[in-house]
Amino acid sequence: MREVAVIGVGCTKFGEKWESSFRNLFVEAGALALEDANISGEQIDEIFVGNMSAGRFVEQEHIGALIADYAGLATNNIPATRVEAACASGGLSFKQAYTAVASGMSDIVVAAGVEKMTDVGTEVTTDVLAAAADREWEGIAGVTFPGLYAMIATDYMHRYGLTREQLAQVAVKNHENGAKNPNAQFQKPITLDTVLNSTLVADPLRLFDCSPVTDGAAAVILAPLDRAREFTDTPIKVLGAGQASSTIALHDRKDISTIDATVAAGNRAFKMAGVERKDIGFVEVHDCFTIAEICAIEDLGFCKKGEAGRLTEEGQTAIGGKIPINPSGGLKACGHPVGATGIKQVYETVKQLRGDAKGRQIDTEIGMTHNVGGTGATVVCHIFGRA
Amino acid sequence: MSVARFWRKQQNRYNLIGTHCTTCGKYFYPPRAFCPDCRRDGKIVEHQFKGTGKVVTYSIIRSSSGNFKLLTPYVLAIIELDEGSRLTSHIICEIDKVYIGMPVKRVFRKLGEEGSSGAIHYGTKFVPA
Amino acid sequence: MVGIISYGAYIPRYRIKVEEIARVWGANGTEISRGLGVYEKALPDMDEDTITISVEAARAAMARRKVDPVEIGAVYVGSESHPYAVKPTAVTVGEAIGATPVMTAADYEFACKAGTAAIQTSMGLVKSGMVTYSVAIGADVAQGEPGDALEYTAAAGGAAMIIGNKDPIAEINHTCSFTTDTPDFWRRENKPYPRHGGRFTGEPAYFKHVVGASKLMLEKMGTKPSDYTYAVFHQPNGKFPVQAASMLGFSMDQIKPGLAVTYLGNTYSGASMVGLSAVLDNAKPGDRIFMTSYGSGSGSDSFDITVTDVINSDLFNRDAAPTVSALLADKKLVDYAVYAKHKGKVVMME
Ligand SMILES: [Zn+2]
Repeated sequence: MREVAVIGVGCTKFGEKWESSFRNLFVEAGALALEDANISGEQIDEIFVGNMSAGRFVEQEHIGALIADYAGLATNNIPATRVEAACASGGLSFKQAYTAVASGMSDIVVAAGVEKMTDVGTEVTTDVLAAAADREWEGIAGVTFPGLYAMIATDYMHRYGLTREQLAQVAVKNHENGAKNPNAQFQKPITLDTVLNSTLVADPLRLFDCSPVTDGAAAVILAPLDRAREFTDTPIKVLGAGQASSTIALHDRKDISTIDATVAAGNRAFKMAGVERKDIGFVEVHDCFTIAEICAIEDLGFCKKGEAGRLTEEGQTAIGGKIPINPSGGLKACGHPVGATGIKQVYETVKQLRGDAKGRQIDTEIGMTHNVGGTGATVVCHIFGRA
Repeated sequence: MSVARFWRKQQNRYNLIGTHCTTCGKYFYPPRAFCPDCRRDGKIVEHQFKGTGKVVTYSIIRSSSGNFKLLTPYVLAIIELDEGSRLTSHIICEIDKVYIGMPVKRVFRKLGEEGSSGAIHYGTKFVPA
Repeated sequence: MVGIISYGAYIPRYRIKVEEIARVWGANGTEISRGLGVYEKALPDMDEDTITISVEAARAAMARRKVDPVEIGAVYVGSESHPYAVKPTAVTVGEAIGATPVMTAADYEFACKAGTAAIQTSMGLVKSGMVTYSVAIGADVAQGEPGDALEYTAAAGGAAMIIGNKDPIAEINHTCSFTTDTPDFWRRENKPYPRHGGRFTGEPAYFKHVVGASKLMLEKMGTKPSDYTYAVFHQPNGKFPVQAASMLGFSMDQIKPGLAVTYLGNTYSGASMVGLSAVLDNAKPGDRIFMTSYGSGSGSDSFDITVTDVINSDLFNRDAAPTVSALLADKKLVDYAVYAKHKGKVVMME
């Protein structure tokens, strides 16, 4: 296997983008990434795009070809593949791109993620997202995504004594970070009271425990490490990749509060990277709900089970803390265009490692991403370092 | 859910018919045709669950869509059946009465419908035992 | 002899007070309650209908007695609120009690007596040897137009009787019917609520048929009212059955145990069968039960029933399912707004 580096990154501003269509979002992010890598379209060998549900959000399938076409690369007959693993589609698209370059199959590869969610109403969105769970045996029982994570929260709080305030602190911290991220959907700090007094969505989770509905796209460009300096002075090396699956339904997990696929994917990524937890300067974790961040911190091995709430409360997960989590603002403040989120995590990590994360910069050489599909049926982790 | 798709699992949903691996003794509801522990060595037979169990975890859903809009707020829970298998279900009870460990039993209810002129789906839900 | 092998009733948990309905229409609730002899009525949960009520009642009957579902050769459900206009309620019940596929099934409609018509059909099938067991159900989520007199009583509930001739808990000595074409109450196709003839539903309709069938029965059996321990009459309200009993010479003591309507309302096709279930909840071997149903349109089915020793034997476990009074006691009162939501009077966009 060849060593692989990220040579360019691009990301649209996340939010309710009424003016942007699905394909425009992708083209915007792709163009930014190309510009960043200072390459032209003809140099690209292959495209992977993570997308959860264009079929239901914009009634469009065959996303790989569509994107190749509107990126102006259909004339080159470029191979273009759509990757789907619910909310982990982006992270998985990155892993496919990484594998393509590492294997020697392709040299310059785009890993992208895109989701256009606001062309349908909230009810349809709720239903589309619920399809990331087991439609046959969870969907029919009336699950919603907040509901599933709320059941994790109920179990977790019952077993580990996590307080409502500790949970709220996750959102407060992420909004604080998001306020310093020009691409974030929400750029306004909030207080504990904002979270604690927000509307109940699925007890014990409230509106401010949940990531929002968002449009957005992100794209990154990968190249073999030995060619990376042709394009950039600051290539960011992929140190490790780990992917894992678990049961599609939450009820089939041995432990409701442990996302076992996170444990497995994290361990695989660490093993491949050959680094320790203490070497990691920050993690972009999949905080689709506040409780998800609490579980992720523990399941990735940054503290023992039951301790992430206290860690958060003490400010250890904030920028400047012992293990900063979601310097970008996470899904909570950046927004969560499902297919794009995994790539946005890579975008933030590259910005941080290059030293380009103005206002929220963490001084470190190694960062990590953690992208979750469904309630943890798919998890993809990547570890990156300065080359 | 389309007519054929619902009908295919109708017996399972009406009567809590799951499966049982006679090799390792595990019970599966929702049914599995393949034992994840024994894999090809597993021998799978049908099993009708007694319909009693207890709440493992729960939430109160305050915002929902489709068939569940009228029921909101409602209790959603993961239930462990006495045979050891777990499933997700709407629990019919006062929203402030549910607790972890609450014993429950099965009841026959409407699960939803395909609009006012479409097929009606029936199946199993749970109430406090 | 053919008889009842087992029985079960089901009443949804929700109740609304007659007074609360009267409040919405600016009527005098106390007066209406007293006039009707009904104080509360049962209403379904939002995910309950005639099919779910029928299944719960049938399962209650199955819980009380070990009946091999494979031996159930017929399922008949009487109701005037079948969820489908076309597609039988009875097949879902059959499937949910494990009786399918070797069985016959059909839905009945004869206003409030469709359930007892199902009992009669079941008796015929059992007596002729066509089936070992037949399940007869009367159940409704009764419709009454908002503001109409029916709204004060139209209720939800039902009962199931497993009919057979192997060791019945109660033998059905005889049944007979009295039927004419009498337009006292009807619901046209595609209309959500029935219409009725007001006071015309009384003397030429309910009383003529209930008394007609009952007298036929007493004549045929050579019995007099005092020969019976209990009597159950169709109970659209608390007044009609009391009046019919007195016209026929039955005492208040005989009808009171089967008078479920006071805190249940009129469960239409379920009404007389829920009344019979309430009587069976307390019956002893040797007790003789007189029952006459009534269905608008109009007809009455009379039954002469004798409780056997089996009811107290190991073959039967009355405690395996809740009694009618237990079902009535487990209740949650709601206001008219919640009632309207439960009854589908709050219309959502599709
Ligand atoms: Zn096995």
